[in-house]
Amino acid sequence: MTAWLDTIVQGVLLGGLYALFAMGQSLIFGVMRLTNTAHGDFIILAAFGAFSLALALGLPPAAAPWIAMGVLLPIAFAAGYGLQRFVLNGTLGKDPLPSLVVTFGLAIVIQNVLQEVYSADPRSIDSGGLNIASVEIGGGLAVGTLPLLIFGVAVVMAVAMQWLFGRTALGRAFRAVSDDRDAAELMGLDHRHVYALATGIAFALVAIAGTLHGMKTTVSPSDGPALLLYAFEAVIIGGMGSFYGTFAGGVILGVTQAIGFRIDPGWGIWAGHVVFLAMLLFRPSGLFPKTR
Amino acid sequence: MSNPSFQRRRALIQAGGIAAGAAALGMPNLVFADVKEIKIGFVSPQTGPLAPFGEADKFTIEQMNKLFGGGLDLGGKRVPVRIIQKDSQSNPNRAGEVANDLILKDKVHLMLVSSTPETANPVSDACELNEIPCISTVVPWQPWFFGRKGDPAKGFTWTYHIFWGLEDVIANFLAGWNSVPTNKKVGGLFPNDGDGNAWGDKERGFPGPLSKEGYSLTDPGRFQNMNNDFSAQIAAFKKDNVEIVTGVVIPPDAKTFLTQAKQQGFKPKVVTLGKALLFPAAIEALGDLGDGLTTEVWWSPSHPFTSSLTKQSAKALADSYEGATKKQWTQPIGFAHALFEVAVDALKRAKDPGDAASLRDAVAATNLKTVVGDVKWGGGGPFKNVSKTPLVLGQWVKGTKNKYDLVIVNNSQAPAIPAGGKMKLM
Repeated sequence: MTAWLDTIVQGVLLGGLYALFAMGQSLIFGVMRLTNTAHGDFIILAAFGAFSLALALGLPPAAAPWIAMGVLLPIAFAAGYGLQRFVLNGTLGKDPLPSLVVTFGLAIVIQNVLQEVYSADPRSIDSGGLNIASVEIGGGLAVGTLPLLIFGVAVVMAVAMQWLFGRTALGRAFRAVSDDRDAAELMGLDHRHVYALATGIAFALVAIAGTLHGMKTTVSPSDGPALLLYAFEAVIIGGMGSFYGTFAGGVILGVTQAIGFRIDPGWGIWAGHVVFLAMLLFRPSGLFPKTR
Repeated sequence: MSNPSFQRRRALIQAGGIAAGAAALGMPNLVFADVKEIKIGFVSPQTGPLAPFGEADKFTIEQMNKLFGGGLDLGGKRVPVRIIQKDSQSNPNRAGEVANDLILKDKVHLMLVSSTPETANPVSDACELNEIPCISTVVPWQPWFFGRKGDPAKGFTWTYHIFWGLEDVIANFLAGWNSVPTNKKVGGLFPNDGDGNAWGDKERGFPGPLSKEGYSLTDPGRFQNMNNDFSAQIAAFKKDNVEIVTGVVIPPDAKTFLTQAKQQGFKPKVVTLGKALLFPAAIEALGDLGDGLTTEVWWSPSHPFTSSLTKQSAKALADSYEGATKKQWTQPIGFAHALFEVAVDALKRAKDPGDAASLRDAVAATNLKTVVGDVKWGGGGPFKNVSKTPLVLGQWVKGTKNKYDLVIVNNSQAPAIPAGGKMKLM
């Protein structure tokens, strides 16, 4: 019994990580229908950025990653805004191919630039022992402090994004350009600016995800594509435009994988893919679709 | 685009042309006089997840280019030598593609290839097919030989390999574990890739020898690389009271496993991993988790060997690498260097270095003391295509100059290589 409880708990925490990866993707996908195939590479880029900032700050490792994350947020927002405004907006249209090709190209550029700058060595952000700390939750179960923290951050992100989408003028603008761009334009919204704001916020989320990922494990320049798949699956399972959905998608993916791993370590990833495919087959719009 | 039957035909036409030319001229020396330049192809992963293996290659090739600056004395004549380097991008398909380019477009005389089955196997296959001599390294010989469907009775005709085998890894790991007190319960982390499947294989891998030596093995099963969760493995190891963890994993997986083990209260006494713990940067990225981890050592500055090309000792070679790159030495340095030692030696001994068969015969007849040990095919190796190099066991300990140093802690399998300390429990 404890073994299965442990599996579920670890799976939920793993799901928190996937949800964290997926939030930025969910926003970009939900607002612009843009499949950002470089999403995983942006997470790795953010992790390397935080790594360099944490080193440059020269603070004790217990504080450095958090301050680095804080410094990284506005940089990421500005980068996201600029990228969308000046590059990606030009690729949007009826044909999904140009944006796919451009982000795919960006992925290759990011990987190679990172390798040129940082070499192929794996790096990790020193969190002063936080990554190996754990909390006893009774019954012989222990959960890692950092995974718990990542889960908490994912929850806060989901709630905050849902609030932003549902309750603010900016969120209304996001939904408006998503539902009917031309009508929104008639109402005085500049879709290019709204899109750029969405990507800016998505990149801020990516910066948080990247920093936490860099603290949790090692990152090397070619790790990005492996992260993209889970983020994408979480978004699809959850349904477009809903951040609770994305969060739920991540957790479903995490728990399914953990149960699969427990049955046989070769089955975990496969079990996750099966759930994803089943979802595409029986509920193609996802669990909680908000936009179409 | 790359139609294999077309390539084969072209290679046949070329080979036929060379043979006809040789026959017409009667004497191989005359053909030799026609060789204006010797071209050596070199394939290794420069980018992608396997790139740490190829990091030392740039240094080695620069060193060789300096050495070959004025050409080589081949049969009393100075012949310029050009190294053409190609990146496999850590992708087996790409590796095969660049190998074909090197053979068919650049018309290299000799192929050198290094680092993991994903690089060495497709390149070796391309050379075997196109009848170009090829020397490969930095792959245990089983994945190289059996991974290419080699027939032990026949072997290969054009491709030759320098490295150790799984039997050496197993012997070293066991020797290390036998030297410390444990409950002899081992947990295995074998991913679903070329290495993981070979290490976990019931017949050729770890399970057999472990049970012979009285060790029990908990193998939860193959998993995907870049795994984000090792809770299942940790739970299985805890349940079986495992004290020794072994396997062959990639660096991010090693970090995820070690981190989660710590979080979930699993404290093995010994962690001996292949692949993940080879490179100092990977150990540094582990932080405090890196202290006391053990791994196989194929080459180190304390290996008592000398380069036949530069007369540098292993120590001097590592020092010149550290001086040139400002980075800590890594194990592939020695093997990248040794590939060129064997290449130059074979070129010098070949009756006609411009002729593939003649050069292949010279490669096959190699008997050379290199910076990684003796290279001699058909001697100590299991097949005529494999020349084995010695292997020892090392442990990462906190260093003085570097964050972590790799100290040789068990040399029972190769006593000529001095040990620098005794293996300690974590």
